[in-house]
Amino acid sequence: MTGKIYENTAHALSSMIRRKEISCREAVAAILDRIAAIDKKIGAYITVCAEEAIKAADKVQKQIDEGTVTGSLAGVPIALKDNICTKDIKTTCGSKMLSDFIPPYSATAVQALENAGMIVVGKLNMDEFAMGNSTETSYFKKTRNPWNLSKVPGGSSGGSAAAVASDEIFAALGTDTGGSIRQPAAFCGVVGMKPTYGRVSRHGLVAFASSMDQIGPITKDVEDCALLMNELCGHDPKDSTSANIAVPDFNALRLQAENGLSGIKIGIPISYMGDNLPESIRAAVKRAALYLKEAGAATVDEIELPFTKYAIPAYQIISSSEASANLARYDGIKYGYSVDAYEDISELYSKNRSESFGDEVKRRILLGTYALSSGHYDIYYKKALQVRTLIKNSFEKVFTDYDAILCPVSPGNVYNIGEKANDPMSMYLDDIYTVSVNLAGLPGMSVPCGFDNVGMPTGIQLIGKYFDEGLLLKMGQAIENAQPSIKSKRSASGNAGRAGNGL
Amino acid sequence: MKITTENIEHIARLTKLEISDKDKENFTKDMNVIIEYLEIIKELDLKDVKPTVHVLPITNVYREDVVIPSLDRELVLANAKSSGEGCFKVAKVVD
Repeated sequence: MTGKIYENTAHALSSMIRRKEISCREAVAAILDRIAAIDKKIGAYITVCAEEAIKAADKVQKQIDEGTVTGSLAGVPIALKDNICTKDIKTTCGSKMLSDFIPPYSATAVQALENAGMIVVGKLNMDEFAMGNSTETSYFKKTRNPWNLSKVPGGSSGGSAAAVASDEIFAALGTDTGGSIRQPAAFCGVVGMKPTYGRVSRHGLVAFASSMDQIGPITKDVEDCALLMNELCGHDPKDSTSANIAVPDFNALRLQAENGLSGIKIGIPISYMGDNLPESIRAAVKRAALYLKEAGAATVDEIELPFTKYAIPAYQIISSSEASANLARYDGIKYGYSVDAYEDISELYSKNRSESFGDEVKRRILLGTYALSSGHYDIYYKKALQVRTLIKNSFEKVFTDYDAILCPVSPGNVYNIGEKANDPMSMYLDDIYTVSVNLAGLPGMSVPCGFDNVGMPTGIQLIGKYFDEGLLLKMGQAIENAQPSIKSKRSASGNAGRAGNGL
Repeated sequence: MKITTENIEHIARLTKLEISDKDKENFTKDMNVIIEYLEIIKELDLKDVKPTVHVLPITNVYREDVVIPSLDRELVLANAKSSGEGCFKVAKVVD
């Protein structure tokens, strides 16, 4: 419990609400005030739905008072990356193509959180159609890193990470296709989890690369991450790629960290710790290894993880190919940007798409179309799928001897806005430690672990076996427990917000 | 495999994108840089490696053939620029 309402974690706020120390309406009002005060500096939100949120707050308050909603997230405001459909609330994907799109239904993940008593207050900025890792390709605005406003928050879930880091929301949802939850979480000093592929329904998530996309939580601490995972995960008949597998109590698994890590074996891939890795990131991984050993891990070994350098080409080909197919639906007819002047239907489609997609989206559509086109399918797309098999198998081999992998999230520290905007290749290479996880469909989690030499947050990544998010949460909790200075900085930060940047 | 601006024109036509002449050069340059990087996967011996299209062992997901409520038609048509008589209206497709 801290001075300012907006500084609380989701679980702390929910306790306050259940103890009647604060009402749902007051919680919503506090977060709306916070957004009004600082979002012009941060630029995390595309849409704030104040009226709807207050109505929902009153409804949830009634449910809490009547005892029909009792969970650990009841009454807590949440915000969503703007590629997650929300009924009657604009969902833009950060694109001019969907700048006025109002979905006729909500994503399953949104319905799950609302059933748990969470209150949607707004939609968060992102790279256009989730293509990017700096949130600079959004049609609407750039989001700034709350720790240093001239730096990127990461992407594509940059709005989500920045909003959580600056206490503009108690917790957020992001999406991750090639690292888009884990990297912005690391850049903004918050927790981010990409669940195993199939854990969280993709029904209502605007598709980028259907074989890799996953919705996941971005939170202030590991406990909030576990609580959100409990609500988000589960089989959904509306998503035929959703895994029909039981959902454990992730919070209970997280709490097992109190009993130590009972001899788990952790591997650090040698190929991920090359000479070009900044010293602050190398040091963060080493620190995390130490924390995990002190918490009871049996061993932290260097391991081989071959095919690392082939992951990005495979990812670029597969994700662009799938994206070119998924974005073919945007023709401006059923929804989306549509011009008034055209000669024929073909020109209508071309104008609608060309005038509303940004350059990065066009680049990826062109690349994907090329990779799938006649004569090129076998050279690029089929080969990429074969590389995917090799990568998947290499992880499975590691996981016969080890329980989890510890590694960096990003090969570089947080950089300035505009620094990489004209160098798409350099940005693609920044995905080196995250894309393999998406290709294989494994769960991955980003946990804050210190700062770099200019005070920007550094995160480390934990990669687990299929559906073993419980272990990742336990390990993440151990790493968080070992860094009380970060925790006390949060609670003693007065009105400075999480980032302590005078915001 | 070097891409030309003619290749870009062809691909753009396939995917219903109009690229201006100025942008064509930039896109061609970008695509060549990217594709050159992608060529690295040709180094690998991929004989006998099965492609992985989907990471989970899920096949043929069915549901019962029962009529269930669908989306509200008015809400669905609300986002269309042009609609009428319960349908989306499009430009003439066939002469």
